[in-house]
Amino acid sequence: MSDYMDGNMLGGTLGELFSMDVTSATVTCVSCGASWAIAQTRVYPHAPGMVARCPTCDAVLLRLVRGPDRAWLDLRGVTCLQLAMPGA
Amino acid sequence: MAAVRDETATARTIVIDVPGWPGHLAGQHVDVRLTAEDGYSAERSYSIASAPPDGQARSQTVELTVQRLPDGEVSPYLTQTLQVGYPLELRGPIGGWFVWDPDGPAAAAPVLLVAGGSGVVPLMAMIRERAAVGSHTPFRLIYSVRDPTALLYGDELVRRERAGDGLEVRYVYTRTAPAGSGQPTGRINAALIASAGWPPEESPAMFACGPTGFVEAAADLLVRGGQNPGAIKTERFGPTGGKA
Repeated sequence: MSDYMDGNMLGGTLGELFSMDVTSATVTCVSCGASWAIAQTRVYPHAPGMVARCPTCDAVLLRLVRGPDRAWLDLRGVTCLQLAMPGA
Repeated sequence: MAAVRDETATARTIVIDVPGWPGHLAGQHVDVRLTAEDGYSAERSYSIASAPPDGQARSQTVELTVQRLPDGEVSPYLTQTLQVGYPLELRGPIGGWFVWDPDGPAAAAPVLLVAGGSGVVPLMAMIRERAAVGSHTPFRLIYSVRDPTALLYGDELVRRERAGDGLEVRYVYTRTAPAGSGQPTGRINAALIASAGWPPEESPAMFACGPTGFVEAAADLLVRGGQNPGAIKTERFGPTGGKA
Protein backbone atom coordinates (compact mmCIF):
# COMPACT_ATOMS: atom_id res chain seq x y z
CA MET A 1 0.00 0.00 0.00
CA SER A 2 1.55 3.28 -1.02
CA ASP A 3 -1.55 5.42 -1.48
CA TYR A 4 -0.47 7.67 1.36
CA MET A 5 1.59 10.81 1.43
CA ASP A 6 3.14 12.43 4.48
CA GLY A 7 2.68 15.14 7.04
CA ASN A 8 4.64 17.72 5.05
CA MET A 9 1.34 18.30 3.24
CA LEU A 10 -0.45 19.21 6.48
CA GLY A 11 1.76 22.28 6.89
CA GLY A 12 -0.46 24.67 4.95
CA THR A 13 -3.69 24.03 6.82
CA LEU A 14 -2.04 23.55 10.23
CA GLY A 15 -0.19 26.79 9.58
CA GLU A 16 -3.55 28.55 9.56
CA LEU A 17 -4.28 27.17 13.04
CA PHE A 18 -0.90 27.51 14.72
CA SER A 19 1.43 30.47 14.94
CA MET A 20 4.51 28.42 14.00
CA ASP A 21 5.53 25.62 11.66
CA VAL A 22 3.99 22.41 12.94
CA THR A 23 5.50 19.93 10.46
CA SER A 24 8.63 19.78 12.64
CA ALA A 25 6.59 19.37 15.85
CA THR A 26 6.63 15.92 17.46
CA VAL A 27 3.55 13.84 18.18
CA THR A 28 3.45 10.87 20.56
CA CYS A 29 1.11 8.05 19.57
CA VAL A 30 -1.63 7.03 22.05
CA SER A 31 -1.62 3.51 20.67
CA CYS A 32 2.07 2.54 20.70
CA GLY A 33 3.96 5.41 22.32
CA ALA A 34 6.21 6.11 19.35
CA SER A 35 7.17 9.71 18.63
CA TRP A 36 7.36 11.15 15.14
CA ALA A 37 7.64 14.55 13.54
CA ILE A 38 4.30 15.54 11.99
CA ALA A 39 6.15 15.61 8.64
CA GLN A 40 6.93 11.90 9.01
CA THR A 41 3.39 10.72 9.65
CA ARG A 42 1.53 8.86 6.91
CA VAL A 43 -1.20 11.04 5.51
CA TYR A 44 -4.18 9.70 3.63
CA PRO A 45 -5.66 12.66 1.79
CA HIS A 46 -8.58 10.90 0.14
CA ALA A 47 -10.86 10.66 3.16
CA PRO A 48 -13.11 13.65 3.74
CA GLY A 49 -10.31 15.75 5.12
CA MET A 50 -6.84 14.41 5.85
CA VAL A 51 -6.01 11.51 8.15
CA ALA A 52 -2.51 11.13 9.63
CA ARG A 53 -1.49 7.68 10.84
CA CYS A 54 1.43 6.49 12.97
CA PRO A 55 4.31 5.09 10.85
CA THR A 56 5.02 2.56 13.62
CA CYS A 57 1.59 1.04 14.34
CA ASP A 58 -0.73 2.60 11.74
CA ALA A 59 -3.15 3.95 14.35
CA VAL A 60 -4.95 7.18 13.54
CA LEU A 61 -3.06 10.10 15.08
CA LEU A 62 -5.12 13.01 13.90
CA ARG A 63 -7.77 14.10 11.44
CA LEU A 64 -7.90 17.53 9.87
CA VAL A 65 -10.82 18.97 7.93
CA ARG A 66 -10.85 22.46 6.50
CA GLY A 67 -14.20 23.85 5.45
CA PRO A 68 -14.92 27.23 3.91
CA ASP A 69 -15.52 28.93 7.25
CA ARG A 70 -14.17 26.53 9.90
CA ALA A 71 -11.62 23.83 10.58
CA TRP A 72 -11.84 20.62 12.61
CA LEU A 73 -8.72 19.17 14.21
CA ASP A 74 -9.27 15.78 15.87
CA LEU A 75 -6.18 14.77 17.88
CA ARG A 76 -7.62 11.50 19.17
CA GLY A 77 -4.44 9.50 18.67
CA VAL A 78 -1.94 11.99 20.06
CA THR A 79 -1.02 11.99 23.75
CA CYS A 80 1.38 14.88 23.40
CA LEU A 81 2.22 17.51 20.81
CA GLN A 82 5.70 18.89 21.36
CA LEU A 83 6.62 22.19 19.72
CA ALA A 84 10.06 23.77 19.66
CA MET A 85 9.74 27.30 21.00
CA PRO A 86 12.14 30.16 20.44
CA GLY A 87 14.76 29.88 23.17
CA ALA A 88 15.31 32.39 25.92
CA MET B 1 2.76 34.61 -13.25
CA ALA B 2 5.81 36.47 -14.51
CA ALA B 3 7.51 33.96 -16.81
CA VAL B 4 7.51 30.36 -17.89
CA ARG B 5 10.20 27.83 -18.89
CA ASP B 6 9.59 24.41 -20.36
CA GLU B 7 11.81 21.84 -18.62
CA THR B 8 10.67 18.67 -20.42
CA ALA B 9 7.76 17.72 -22.67
CA THR B 10 5.55 17.42 -19.60
CA ALA B 11 7.11 19.67 -16.98
CA ARG B 12 7.23 23.43 -16.82
CA THR B 13 8.77 25.96 -14.47
CA ILE B 14 6.52 28.86 -13.65
CA VAL B 15 8.03 32.02 -12.23
CA ILE B 16 5.63 33.86 -9.97
CA ASP B 17 6.00 37.42 -8.82
CA VAL B 18 4.72 37.52 -5.24
CA PRO B 19 4.48 41.01 -3.75
CA GLY B 20 5.57 40.90 -0.13
CA TRP B 21 7.06 37.41 -0.34
CA PRO B 22 8.74 36.91 3.06
CA GLY B 23 11.49 34.62 1.73
CA HIS B 24 11.76 30.88 2.22
CA LEU B 25 14.09 28.02 3.07
CA ALA B 26 15.29 25.51 0.48
CA GLY B 27 12.92 22.53 0.61
CA GLN B 28 9.75 24.40 1.50
CA HIS B 29 6.59 24.30 -0.58
CA VAL B 30 3.57 26.41 -1.38
CA ASP B 31 -0.08 25.50 -1.71
CA VAL B 32 -1.60 26.64 -5.00
CA ARG B 33 -5.35 27.10 -5.13
CA LEU B 34 -7.39 27.33 -8.30
CA THR B 35 -11.00 28.46 -8.11
CA ALA B 36 -13.45 28.01 -10.96
CA GLU B 37 -16.13 30.52 -11.84
CA ASP B 38 -18.75 28.35 -10.15
CA GLY B 39 -16.79 28.48 -6.89
CA TYR B 40 -15.32 24.97 -7.08
CA SER B 41 -11.75 25.05 -5.90
CA ALA B 42 -8.83 22.66 -5.83
CA GLU B 43 -5.59 23.01 -3.91
CA ARG B 44 -2.25 21.29 -4.45
CA SER B 45 1.19 21.54 -2.88
CA TYR B 46 4.19 22.34 -5.07
CA SER B 47 7.79 22.46 -3.98
CA ILE B 48 9.68 25.67 -4.51
CA ALA B 49 12.49 25.13 -7.04
CA SER B 50 14.29 28.42 -6.65
CA ALA B 51 16.82 29.33 -4.00
CA PRO B 52 15.59 31.72 -1.36
CA PRO B 53 15.77 35.33 -2.47
CA ASP B 54 18.98 37.15 -1.67
CA GLY B 55 17.45 40.55 -1.17
CA GLN B 56 18.34 41.63 -4.70
CA ALA B 57 16.06 42.54 -7.56
CA ARG B 58 14.57 39.07 -7.83
CA SER B 59 13.56 39.02 -4.21
CA GLN B 60 9.86 38.69 -4.87
CA THR B 61 9.91 35.81 -7.31
CA VAL B 62 9.25 32.19 -6.56
CA GLU B 63 9.78 29.39 -9.07
CA LEU B 64 7.74 26.19 -9.10
CA THR B 65 8.42 23.27 -11.42
CA VAL B 66 5.19 21.45 -12.15
CA GLN B 67 4.99 17.97 -13.65
CA ARG B 68 1.84 17.49 -15.68
CA LEU B 69 -0.20 14.52 -14.50
CA PRO B 70 -2.42 12.95 -17.19
CA ASP B 71 -5.50 12.90 -14.96
CA GLY B 72 -4.54 15.90 -12.87
CA GLU B 73 -6.99 18.58 -11.85
CA VAL B 74 -4.49 21.35 -11.28
CA SER B 75 -1.24 20.48 -13.07
CA PRO B 76 -2.67 20.59 -16.63
CA TYR B 77 -3.89 24.11 -15.98
CA LEU B 78 -0.55 25.22 -14.58
CA THR B 79 1.49 23.62 -17.37
CA GLN B 80 -0.73 24.27 -20.38
CA THR B 81 -3.35 26.95 -19.82
CA LEU B 82 -1.75 29.46 -17.48
CA GLN B 83 -0.35 32.48 -19.31
CA VAL B 84 2.11 35.14 -18.24
CA GLY B 85 0.19 37.81 -16.38
CA TYR B 86 -2.52 35.52 -15.01
CA PRO B 87 -3.02 35.71 -11.26
CA LEU B 88 -2.48 32.72 -8.97
CA GLU B 89 -3.54 32.16 -5.39
CA LEU B 90 -0.59 30.95 -3.27
CA ARG B 91 -0.15 30.10 0.40
CA GLY B 92 3.31 29.77 1.84
CA PRO B 93 6.13 29.25 2.36
CA ILE B 94 5.17 26.06 4.18
CA GLY B 95 7.19 23.51 6.13
CA GLY B 96 10.13 23.74 8.50
CA TRP B 97 11.18 20.08 8.67
CA PHE B 98 12.16 19.12 5.12
CA VAL B 99 14.58 22.03 4.73
CA TRP B 100 18.29 22.60 4.30
CA ASP B 101 19.36 25.78 6.06
CA PRO B 102 22.91 27.01 5.33
CA ASP B 103 22.75 28.99 8.58
CA GLY B 104 21.41 26.07 10.63
CA PRO B 105 23.33 24.01 13.19
CA ALA B 106 23.86 21.08 10.75
CA ALA B 107 24.96 23.21 7.80
CA ALA B 108 28.50 21.80 7.67
CA ALA B 109 27.46 18.12 7.57
CA PRO B 110 27.83 16.53 4.14
CA VAL B 111 24.50 16.18 2.37
CA LEU B 112 23.00 13.32 0.40
CA LEU B 113 20.01 14.11 -1.78
CA VAL B 114 17.98 11.24 -3.23
CA ALA B 115 15.47 12.21 -5.91
CA GLY B 116 12.84 10.12 -7.61
CA GLY B 117 11.50 11.82 -10.76
CA SER B 118 10.11 15.26 -10.05
CA GLY B 119 11.09 14.77 -6.41
CA VAL B 120 14.27 16.54 -7.51
CA VAL B 121 12.50 19.91 -7.33
CA PRO B 122 12.94 20.78 -3.63
CA LEU B 123 16.42 19.19 -3.71
CA MET B 124 17.33 21.49 -6.60
CA ALA B 125 16.35 24.43 -4.40
CA MET B 126 18.92 23.14 -1.87
CA ILE B 127 21.61 22.83 -4.58
CA ARG B 128 20.84 26.34 -5.82
CA GLU B 129 20.85 27.70 -2.28
CA ARG B 130 24.23 26.10 -1.61
CA ALA B 131 25.65 27.84 -4.68
CA ALA B 132 23.90 31.13 -3.94
CA VAL B 133 25.42 31.46 -0.47
CA GLY B 134 28.86 30.15 -1.54
CA SER B 135 28.63 27.15 0.78
CA HIS B 136 31.36 24.50 0.50
CA THR B 137 29.30 21.80 2.19
CA PRO B 138 29.81 18.67 0.06
CA PHE B 139 26.58 17.64 -1.70
CA ARG B 140 25.85 14.37 -3.44
CA LEU B 141 22.70 13.87 -5.49
CA ILE B 142 21.35 10.49 -6.56
CA TYR B 143 18.75 11.23 -9.23
CA SER B 144 16.53 8.39 -10.37
CA VAL B 145 14.60 9.14 -13.51
CA ARG B 146 12.70 7.15 -16.13
CA ASP B 147 14.83 8.15 -19.13
CA PRO B 148 16.99 11.09 -20.29
CA THR B 149 14.01 13.00 -21.72
CA ALA B 150 12.46 13.15 -18.25
CA LEU B 151 15.50 14.77 -16.62
CA LEU B 152 14.72 18.08 -14.96
CA TYR B 153 17.47 20.72 -14.86
CA GLY B 154 19.79 18.42 -16.85
CA ASP B 155 22.05 21.13 -18.29
CA GLU B 156 22.17 23.07 -15.05
CA LEU B 157 23.19 20.00 -13.05
CA VAL B 158 26.01 19.26 -15.51
CA ARG B 159 27.21 22.85 -15.29
CA ARG B 160 27.06 22.95 -11.51
CA GLU B 161 28.84 19.62 -11.17
CA ARG B 162 31.59 20.76 -13.58
CA ALA B 163 32.18 23.80 -11.39
CA GLY B 164 34.06 21.32 -9.22
CA ASP B 165 33.12 22.87 -5.91
CA GLY B 166 31.81 19.80 -4.16
CA LEU B 167 28.61 18.79 -5.94
CA GLU B 168 28.50 15.26 -7.35
CA VAL B 169 25.56 13.77 -9.23
CA ARG B 170 24.82 10.12 -9.90
CA TYR B 171 22.05 9.36 -12.39
CA VAL B 172 19.94 6.23 -12.26
CA TYR B 173 17.79 5.44 -15.28
CA THR B 174 14.90 3.11 -14.59
CA ARG B 175 13.81 2.42 -18.18
CA THR B 176 16.19 3.89 -20.77
CA ALA B 177 19.75 5.06 -20.29
CA PRO B 178 21.32 7.72 -22.55
CA ALA B 179 22.10 6.31 -25.99
CA GLY B 180 25.67 5.07 -26.24
CA SER B 181 26.33 5.43 -22.52
CA GLY B 182 26.40 1.69 -21.95
CA GLN B 183 24.90 2.44 -18.54
CA PRO B 184 22.59 -0.27 -17.26
CA THR B 185 19.04 0.59 -16.32
CA GLY B 186 17.64 -0.27 -12.94
CA ARG B 187 16.50 1.03 -9.62
CA ILE B 188 18.38 2.40 -6.66
CA ASN B 189 19.89 -0.39 -4.58
CA ALA B 190 22.21 -0.94 -1.63
CA ALA B 191 25.41 -0.95 -3.69
CA LEU B 192 24.50 2.29 -5.41
CA ILE B 193 23.52 4.02 -2.18
CA ALA B 194 26.83 2.90 -0.66
CA SER B 195 28.98 4.05 -3.58
CA ALA B 196 27.19 7.29 -4.45
CA GLY B 197 26.24 8.31 -0.92
CA TRP B 198 28.25 8.96 2.24
CA PRO B 199 29.54 6.47 4.78
CA PRO B 200 27.64 6.65 8.09
CA GLU B 201 30.83 7.82 9.88
CA GLU B 202 30.57 11.11 7.99
CA SER B 203 27.24 11.78 9.76
CA PRO B 204 25.54 13.07 6.61
CA ALA B 205 22.25 14.91 6.44
CA MET B 206 19.95 13.06 4.05
CA PHE B 207 16.93 14.21 2.10
CA ALA B 208 14.80 11.89 -0.05
CA CYS B 209 11.89 13.10 -2.15
CA GLY B 210 9.75 11.36 -4.74
CA PRO B 211 6.74 9.10 -5.08
CA THR B 212 5.85 7.29 -1.86
CA GLY B 213 7.18 3.89 -2.97
CA PHE B 214 10.50 5.39 -4.06
CA VAL B 215 10.95 7.30 -0.82
CA GLU B 216 10.16 4.23 1.30
CA ALA B 217 12.74 2.23 -0.67
CA ALA B 218 15.39 4.95 -0.39
CA ALA B 219 14.89 5.44 3.36
CA ASP B 220 14.95 1.68 3.92
CA LEU B 221 18.21 1.30 1.96
CA LEU B 222 19.82 4.12 3.91
CA VAL B 223 18.85 2.66 7.28
CA ARG B 224 20.02 -0.81 6.27
CA GLY B 225 23.28 0.80 5.14
CA GLY B 226 23.88 1.91 8.70
CA GLN B 227 22.70 5.50 8.49
CA ASN B 228 21.11 7.26 11.45
CA PRO B 229 17.33 7.20 10.86
CA GLY B 230 17.03 10.52 12.65
CA ALA B 231 19.17 12.21 9.98
CA ILE B 232 16.96 11.05 7.10
CA LYS B 233 14.28 13.50 6.06
CA THR B 234 11.65 12.43 3.59
CA GLU B 235 8.94 14.02 1.51
CA ARG B 236 6.47 11.89 -0.41
CA PHE B 237 3.99 12.68 -3.09
CA GLY B 238 1.26 10.43 -4.36
CA PRO B 239 0.03 9.81 -7.88
CA THR B 240 -2.69 12.39 -7.33
CA GLY B 241 -2.82 15.62 -5.47
CA GLY B 242 0.79 15.59 -4.42
CA LYS B 243 3.82 17.71 -4.57
CA ALA B 244 5.44 17.56 -7.94
